[in-house]
Amino acid sequence: MSAGTLYDKVWDLHRVAELPGGSTQLFIGLHLIHEVTTPQAFAGLRDLGLTVRHPERTVATVDHIVPTTSQERPFADPLAEAMLETLERNCADHGITLHGLGSGRQGIVHVIAPELGLTQPGMTVACGDSHTSTHGAFGAIAFGIGTSQVRDVLASQSLAMTKLKVRRLWVDGQLQRGVYAKDLVLHVIRRLGVKAGVGYAYEFAGPAIDALSMEERMTLCNMAIEGGARCGYVNPDATTFAYLEGRPSAPAGAAWERAVAWWQSLASGPEAVFDDQVDFDAATIPPTITWGITPGQGIGVDEAVPSLEQTEPDERPIAEEAYRYMDLAPGTPIAGLAVDVCFIGSCTNGRLSDLQAAAAVAKGRQVAAGITAFVVPGSEQVAAAAEAEGLDVIFREAGFQWREPGCSMCLAMNPDRLEGRQISASSSNRNFKGRQGSASGRTLLMSPAMVAAAAVTGHVADVRLLLDA
Amino acid sequence: MTSAALASLLPVGPITRVTGRALVLRGDDIDTDRIIPARFLKCVTFDGLGQQVFADDRIELQGAHPFDRPEHQGARLLLVNRNFGCGSSREHAPQALMRWGIRAVVGESFAEIFYGNCLALGIPCLTASHELMLAIQAAAGADPAAELALEVTTASLSSSQAATGWELELAPGPRQMLSTGLWDGTGQLVANAPALAATAARLPYMTNFAG
Repeated sequence: MSAGTLYDKVWDLHRVAELPGGSTQLFIGLHLIHEVTTPQAFAGLRDLGLTVRHPERTVATVDHIVPTTSQERPFADPLAEAMLETLERNCADHGITLHGLGSGRQGIVHVIAPELGLTQPGMTVACGDSHTSTHGAFGAIAFGIGTSQVRDVLASQSLAMTKLKVRRLWVDGQLQRGVYAKDLVLHVIRRLGVKAGVGYAYEFAGPAIDALSMEERMTLCNMAIEGGARCGYVNPDATTFAYLEGRPSAPAGAAWERAVAWWQSLASGPEAVFDDQVDFDAATIPPTITWGITPGQGIGVDEAVPSLEQTEPDERPIAEEAYRYMDLAPGTPIAGLAVDVCFIGSCTNGRLSDLQAAAAVAKGRQVAAGITAFVVPGSEQVAAAAEAEGLDVIFREAGFQWREPGCSMCLAMNPDRLEGRQISASSSNRNFKGRQGSASGRTLLMSPAMVAAAAVTGHVADVRLLLDA
Repeated sequence: MTSAALASLLPVGPITRVTGRALVLRGDDIDTDRIIPARFLKCVTFDGLGQQVFADDRIELQGAHPFDRPEHQGARLLLVNRNFGCGSSREHAPQALMRWGIRAVVGESFAEIFYGNCLALGIPCLTASHELMLAIQAAAGADPAAELALEVTTASLSSSQAATGWELELAPGPRQMLSTGLWDGTGQLVANAPALAATAARLPYMTNFAG
């Protein structure tokens, strides 16, 4: 059983009570909400005659359903408009801050909470969205919940939870040029599979993790859930504190010093005991791409679609399903595979450094003929920062569309979607069947720089070759 | 049946046993995007989701999908394999299954958020080893008309058509929550107000480290 880890310490600090059913009532420090998973939660609250216990600990934005071409109200889609109106009404009724369109602070919930300084080390963070694991980058214990649990957090600022085990993923070495946090996490999931994390929190540690920026750590923790781990985290350090200092909701002055001392006290110490550890070497990780229909079906850019013989026996049925769905035969080299749509954005890779990495590839090149390529900044702040340094111009000149912030084609709840059998090169997090809005659409997950490389070549390409060119 | 009539039949109170016919859905890593595609999340109530469960898979199979087959209409137990319900946290997935008629799921393993969402709705998810699950699926698949009985309190499954039953697994916590009716625990969480206040008071970020 784990002991002395950040997970253990944060768990103990937030333990409210042991419940009769055998679970623990856990206090939630930050509750993030959005338009998709909350209407029924507020309705449930009303049905029970309850109110929001800590409206000041709940923060809302709108991201999943917003169009990225025109965000004028009312939206063209009446269902999307109704969802946003419902969120606006619920927030107004309960005194919850909503960072709405045009506020300067709207964006994907997992992008805005860190950039506003809302997400801090040592907090418990819950949101009705599985990619809440993102916030673990700060040394928070952050996890996705369902709508009934959103209702519970609204009503009580707490949840009935069962403690997880803790697996440390120790990453030695340093990522090579042209290899990013996205490649690292796709590699981890490739190695461990999409089920290995069930029942675990993932602690990412080691020299390679220490060297990552906060935005890279967010990319990494964001996809812990794709490896089955409901939460993933990185211990807070000087990089974390430097990111947080001066942000709107971060403590300041004497309070800042107290905060840093408390945050440092929560990191897993040398005495920490883990339930399990798996070691990786960052230097050997190539640009990694998924070829199939689960995030675990990843390969290096120089590799070919694996044969059944190269696949673990347990994984063969889903590999066969993936060959059929993707229309890819085993042995097909992934480099050179033609794509139709290139999408840069999402809570995984829609931050400024992601756009910078993609722009470095796009600059001075042109999107290949027949390719639709578009960039969706993760938030209004990301968009403004990118525009301030001219990234929008670089992208536009290269033939990319520069869009307004939102979740967009990661899950296609807005008008951005694949058509028919189109293949996308996508910086998002899920390549499930039908994920990007067409029941037969196909998704190749990769880093934003690799998406840019695919856009300018028209096919899957090794970004390292373009960076050196 | 109207949605109001259906809602009146949704799980309530102690859940000690689930009986009915079973539907076998084979395959690992069946994600919640497949259970309910994202376009159906554009709703402000869960009422209509029952018809939309597995919408894209069903369109693809043109009536041959287990959820469309006549012999499975009215089935209440769902028999699945590994990592069922992975991916998105959308509670719309168990809501869609429940509103179609499913009242319990037995599988090799479940994704964690999905499992918690089911528990919050009073839908027991029980597990069985790979070999046992294949045997259960084979038996149920061979006779879709068989009536199964799932005992939550003993975590066991029996069939009207089989002499022997199957021993399943259900952790003590969820077992107790379901069998006592405490799975619907909002009231319980709210009732612990003094302990909630005490916890908040020891967390320095609650006052933004005012000291």
